[in-house]
Amino acid sequence: MTAVVAGELLATQDLGAYYGTRQAIAEVTIAFRRKAVTALIGPSGCGKTTLLRCFNRIHEISFDARVEGSVLLDGHDIYANDVDPMAIRRRIGMVFQRPNPFPTLSIFDNTVSCAPKGLNRQGKMEAAERALRSAALWDEVKDKLRSSPLRLSGGQQQRLCIARAVAAQPEVLLMDEPTASLDPIATAVIEELMSSLCKEFTIVAVTHNMQQAARVSSVTAFMLADETGVGRLIEADATSKLFTKPSDRRTEDYISGRFG
Amino acid sequence: MAQSAFKHRNLARRRIVGGVGVGLALVCAMIGAASLLVILCYVIVQGAGALNRDFLTQLPHPVGVPGGGVGNGILGTFIILGIAIVMAVPIGLLTAIYLSLFGRGPIPEALRFLSDVLSGVPSIAIGLFAYAVLVAPLKHFSAFSASFAFMMLMLPLLVRTSEQAIRSVPQTVREGALALGMSNFRATVRIVIPTAMPAIITALLLAIARVIGETAPLLFTAFGSQFWESNPNRPMAVLALQVFTYAISPYPSWQAQAWGGALLLIGAVFVLSLGARLMLRRAMRGLEA
Amino acid sequence: MTVGPQFRRVARFVSPADRGFAAVVYGGSILFALLIVGLFVELVLGSWPSIVAFGPSFIWKSSWDPITSKFGALPMIFGTVMTSLIAIVLAAFIGIMAAVFLADFAPRWLGQPLSFLIELLAAVPSVVYGLWGLFVLAPFMRTTIGPALQHVLGWMPLFSGPIYGVGLLTGGIILALMIVPTVTAISRDVLVAIPRDLREASMALGSTKWETAIRVVLPAARVGVFGACVLALGRALGETIAVTMVIGNRPEISASLFAPSYTLASVIANEFTEATTSIYTSALIELGLILFLVSMAVNALARFMIWSVRGSERV
Repeated sequence: MTAVVAGELLATQDLGAYYGTRQAIAEVTIAFRRKAVTALIGPSGCGKTTLLRCFNRIHEISFDARVEGSVLLDGHDIYANDVDPMAIRRRIGMVFQRPNPFPTLSIFDNTVSCAPKGLNRQGKMEAAERALRSAALWDEVKDKLRSSPLRLSGGQQQRLCIARAVAAQPEVLLMDEPTASLDPIATAVIEELMSSLCKEFTIVAVTHNMQQAARVSSVTAFMLADETGVGRLIEADATSKLFTKPSDRRTEDYISGRFG
Repeated sequence: MAQSAFKHRNLARRRIVGGVGVGLALVCAMIGAASLLVILCYVIVQGAGALNRDFLTQLPHPVGVPGGGVGNGILGTFIILGIAIVMAVPIGLLTAIYLSLFGRGPIPEALRFLSDVLSGVPSIAIGLFAYAVLVAPLKHFSAFSASFAFMMLMLPLLVRTSEQAIRSVPQTVREGALALGMSNFRATVRIVIPTAMPAIITALLLAIARVIGETAPLLFTAFGSQFWESNPNRPMAVLALQVFTYAISPYPSWQAQAWGGALLLIGAVFVLSLGARLMLRRAMRGLEA
Repeated sequence: MTVGPQFRRVARFVSPADRGFAAVVYGGSILFALLIVGLFVELVLGSWPSIVAFGPSFIWKSSWDPITSKFGALPMIFGTVMTSLIAIVLAAFIGIMAAVFLADFAPRWLGQPLSFLIELLAAVPSVVYGLWGLFVLAPFMRTTIGPALQHVLGWMPLFSGPIYGVGLLTGGIILALMIVPTVTAISRDVLVAIPRDLREASMALGSTKWETAIRVVLPAARVGVFGACVLALGRALGETIAVTMVIGNRPEISASLFAPSYTLASVIANEFTEATTSIYTSALIELGLILFLVSMAVNALARFMIWSVRGSERV
């Protein structure tokens, strides 16, 4: 396990998460490199999505969910007593596995729905265009900004969700298997997006697809559930090193396909 | 073999019994369906004769004077329903929001229990409640007290179906809103409720269909009137109440108007149910994101 | 480094925008609860003078005399119980049979329209039922059904006596029509929910389809079906207007089903606006309280039964 590197934007210290009495992850200590893509890989049930959801305090929305340890954003624990979860979530955005545009808002309204407050009409227009361009969606929707997002294809909807997250101007972007429900072409588009977006945002992406992790990330973290079903961080390292010369035997087994 | 011959005879008899049984069951089902058609036919046939422009727009005439109508009752129904909706929807929706956010636990379960209790209370007892709270202290009948009774009747249906409507909004929509920093308030009001709106409107239409024919509570809240009235603080004519009063009167001309009023009521229920069904279809389509 | 697990249960409403929202949501829910509790409290308060004056004898005294201010509810309780009993006996038989047909025997093209029509019965307003009962069923009872029944069964006190058209039996029949949809719809759902395997096992052992439906499936669903009947009974007990129009409004107990009678709800409906003394009003409110408590008990029983069969889905 890598030691916490001071000065990183997002880091955790001995993070554990519970659903009621069932522990999902334990003792996760990891730091995420600024303005880079870190991939979280591991077999199903290893807790990678739970871990991701702890970073923006979405885990606690689930019934009977609990967290222990700390998550540090810029050195400050986001689970401290007086912290407003909403403020955290504005700095740490999230894109989900299945695209979830707001069904009753237009494409334009979706994009600016979480943009910083106080923008006038002109400001909103600019913010929307910027966000949609960075999500490589602008050209496809610029003529139908007022129409319903449900008419878009799956890949387009997911890019809309990315644009929506980007428009909120976060510092960190969490992506939970963002291409899991998309076809290969749409997947490729989004992987390209991740490479360009990481110039502006720190990205943490959960993926079950190792090749994807190898393609898009500069750091990869491998998680595995132990005998009691509790997810633990096994190893985190530069992607090229993890995939060619992993330090842990279990990582090697997973990567070479011996299980998972 | 003697054994199989014996069984064969028995089987034929059992088959006959079965046939009779199914026939009986079919007859029962037909009795149910036929009763509805019979009632519907009578109302249409008897009521159609009374329907004309005067019937819909005029005040009731005194006995012996031909003509007249239920215009004031129709107006009164709209006014009382309108006020009842304005009162019931906020309370019902807020309670449904609470229940959908705090799903399990002793307090939500207590609220659901109370809602179930209320849905089983006879409407006349609810009328007594409205009387005790709004008629006795103020010493006069009023349309507003009738609206209060209607509100109580509509609430359990509104709360239960609105909660289901809100819950049927996919979790990812709400999580998506929260995950980007929206407050619970904005997420619920701007995203979740609008998405659930077709289903909520369906619930409202069904609740209205339920109360539009209610007469019992009106007897001592709105009380009825012979005149045009639009002030909710005064007694007011209501269509369902007029049907009742005319029906039990000894005058054939009034009885004929009772049938006309009954036809209007059934028509209204039909239109509302149809509207609810169409809304429901839109709600289903909207969720196929 | 953690010293034991730190369990941080985080409040849902933390930020200022949410605090106002929370207050409004809590407020609405509290108001909802208060209204229902207030209903019970007002009924008790209103009936208090009568409760104090007559005590438990209110329930078994049978004189209802506003002039001397002596009130006994027995005839009304009798009327309510009898009409509801007639209604549930008729509706249970017709409704359960119909449900069996719809669940196991009806082809799609027949089952759907029939179900739809039966459910529409529930949408007909109460006063329309009363109107139809008064002008169609009551005369029919007087001219046709009544004499026929008396011809065959007149030796029983139940079917003796003069036939006015309005009365207990007519009231019971109208009520039965009103509650048949409840029995049918819920029973059908409960029957359909019984797993296929049970039916297949029974038929594989040589039973006919009918035998399977009646001797295997229906008993398996008996708790839910019984619950449906109890729920329907609850609705019958509280029904006011339709019954008032066909019951005859006479506060007397008689053995004949053809006799006019009176129900708890009808007497409130007919006499409340004419109650001259406050003890009269209070007695009527006490009748309302009795109705409330009985309905609540019956409904709670019914929902418990249905809930235990259908899971947590609410009726």
